[in-house]
Amino acid sequence: MVVKRPEGLVLVSPEGLRHDGRRPEDLRPVKMEVGVFKNADGSALVEYGKTRVVAAVYGPREPLQRFPLLPDKATLRVRYHMAPFSTEERKSPAPSRREVELSKVIREALEPIVLSEEYPRTVIDIFLEVLQADGGTRTAAVTAASLALADAGVPIRALVGGVAVGKVDGVLVVDIDETEDMYGEADMPVAAAPDIGLITLLQLNGVLSREEFNRALDMALTAITRIVELEKRTLRSGYVEAGGEE
Amino acid sequence: MSISPYKPPITPLIVKESYLNMLRKGVRPDNRDLKTPRLIEIKTGVVEKAEGSALVKLGDTQVMAGVKIDVGSPFKDTPDQGVLMVHAEFVPLASPLFEPGPPDENAIELARVVDRSLREVNAVDLQSLVIRRGEKVWTVWVDLYVLDHNGNLYDASMLAAMAALLDSRLPDYEELETGEIVVKKGVKGDPLKINTRVVTVTVAKIGDYLVVDPSLEEEAISDVRLVIAFDEKGRIVGMQKTGAGGLSFDEVDRAVEVAREASVVYFKALEESLGRAGG
Repeated sequence: MVVKRPEGLVLVSPEGLRHDGRRPEDLRPVKMEVGVFKNADGSALVEYGKTRVVAAVYGPREPLQRFPLLPDKATLRVRYHMAPFSTEERKSPAPSRREVELSKVIREALEPIVLSEEYPRTVIDIFLEVLQADGGTRTAAVTAASLALADAGVPIRALVGGVAVGKVDGVLVVDIDETEDMYGEADMPVAAAPDIGLITLLQLNGVLSREEFNRALDMALTAITRIVELEKRTLRSGYVEAGGEE
Repeated sequence: MSISPYKPPITPLIVKESYLNMLRKGVRPDNRDLKTPRLIEIKTGVVEKAEGSALVKLGDTQVMAGVKIDVGSPFKDTPDQGVLMVHAEFVPLASPLFEPGPPDENAIELARVVDRSLREVNAVDLQSLVIRRGEKVWTVWVDLYVLDHNGNLYDASMLAAMAALLDSRLPDYEELETGEIVVKKGVKGDPLKINTRVVTVTVAKIGDYLVVDPSLEEEAISDVRLVIAFDEKGRIVGMQKTGAGGLSFDEVDRAVEVAREASVVYFKALEESLGRAGG
């Protein structure tokens, strides 16, 4: 997609700084909180800059409506959904094709870390609501889901975290926001569980050479290691706010 | 809402063990090595009423692609570009696991991966599809029709989409004094402008082994698949991890390497199909 860039918008300055002043490897300011909802068995709020996602986990439980359950493990149900007011123009609340796809890739990012074989014939529901979208919503959603699962006491192999790496004006940058996504050349969302060395979500929209791809993946994993550290601090203290710099 | 599949194809452990034993020796039950795709057959022009079409057989998997081209309006933010739409239907005759109904998450994911791989490199030259800037453009619909699912729908669908697009011709039309665009039914005009060909290569992880172009049986015992899109220059133009497992950094790196080698085989099959159509 070639969308015309507004005049005067500089994505990477001659000094190598991004349009919001970050260096290529910097995250946006991160905020994490667990136990934000009373009803859910586990819940979390995650902010990457202006991107804001809440997660709630219900289960393992019997589903509310009769539903074919798996005999050897828990069924994971994941819904990624954007609030109508989360975007510049109102988003219809009906699930879009994009939301259907993202619900699937997020579920598949969580399946490898949930010890679902501990709870056969049950369902674990993970509901993700994007309250404000400014790029990186699916990766913030994975981070929020990871925290909410831990907050619910669902056994997991390791915590997962997500971040999107992009290429803007030829430069690889971590945690791209909406502006960088819209006018950049590539967007690569990644989720991983660094403690067990497992990449659980990997998508690429855009063009990268082999070398750029490896470098981008490496940058993503470094950032995710930091995000998962923040998740651990959040689970110990309930709340964490951190600047974006390394 | 995305739900852990209720009907995952169940494979007896003993079958998985025997597969792994073979992979250890570097062979697969259909006599392929781990890096070689199945036989590829591409036929273009299989549906006369479509502006372009192709039937692809990848081993026993069959996917048909049809391209329809209509006059439409451009998107507001891209007044100087035509519109490309990709949809996939997993029709119930293609597999005992498919049921009638609107596209499920698997069909939507497949269509969106094919769509992005084409879009990110402007494979279909969208600028060439403008009839009147900001008002009238060509809308190119690529419909993927899975006819027989025997594994690796991604690579077969991408080949079918690409072959059908290469086979496509824009409709001939007349512009009336009122400004209306009237398409001349059945009269084919210029070929659709394609900037680069794109293929995807799917690599499945079975145990510790990476296999290119998995069959249905191999998909059933694989933990995860990585779909990697390449353009003619060998650049990576898209990627999607699909399936409930994960990959290490090293496995991703190895998957990209074997996929790039296999992409040459797919590009060659596309080239040969064009030669046949032209001759």
